[in-house]
Amino acid sequence: MVDAVFLALSVLTIGSAIVALEIRSLIYGSIALMITLSGVAGFFLLLDAPFVAMFQLSVYVGSVAVLILFTVMLVRRELIFNKIEDKRRRYAGIGLMLALMLGIGMIIIGSGMKAMETNSPSVDYKQIGQDFLMYYSPALIVMALVLAASVVGALTLARREDITNDQRAD
Amino acid sequence: MTNGLIDFVLVSVALLAIGIYGMAVKRNAIRMLFGVEMIINSANLNLVAFARFIPNSQGQTLALFSIAIAAAEVAVGLALIIVAYRMYKNIDIEDFRSLKG
Repeated sequence: MVDAVFLALSVLTIGSAIVALEIRSLIYGSIALMITLSGVAGFFLLLDAPFVAMFQLSVYVGSVAVLILFTVMLVRRELIFNKIEDKRRRYAGIGLMLALMLGIGMIIIGSGMKAMETNSPSVDYKQIGQDFLMYYSPALIVMALVLAASVVGALTLARREDITNDQRAD
Repeated sequence: MTNGLIDFVLVSVALLAIGIYGMAVKRNAIRMLFGVEMIINSANLNLVAFARFIPNSQGQTLALFSIAIAAAEVAVGLALIIVAYRMYKNIDIEDFRSLKG
């Protein structure tokens, strides 16, 4: 059975996910997305994974959501507020969403996953550090290179060719 | 633990379905990125939930890798959106005609 904290967290997470997609203003939408990501961090805390929860908070709420907010502020004002979409496509999308939820949900409820409970103690986060530094250390290095490459790629993409440095000075 | 595995998996399915809805319906490029974020988060929630109930630590390790890669993806995606906005003065993906190839 679920407890009250779980119910409140799931209502918060799913409700603000819907708000993030449906609200008119993109700025409020990105703030709602921030609440969704914090809700997922709360689920990680419920799952006894405090390290992943803090990582989620610092990476998603701290950097990704702020990056999205700044990008939204770079866009023209009337584009933030207008909402153009087909009515037909929208109803089809809602139908697809409900079909997915019901279909996969029925399959999962019908499977043997319901009986899965655990009383074993949670994994110590020292174990995660050992994983990172011993078995997965090549993957960690590759991940660092991928992050560096993506930052350089993003900078190269967003650079403006038409403005040179001496023009920027005045 | 009072919450079973199935509760977390059901929340993750709901988040996945909302993300797919956002990607299928919205024409605003930034809102489509919101949908991608939701899908990635539902995958991470699944990873951590299964890692708690097996239990082992490798699910959490994989979730950490996944979060880091998702951050890189968002950086590149937002840079692409800014470039497209500079070219077309719009963020409606129906306007990005010459990307058709």
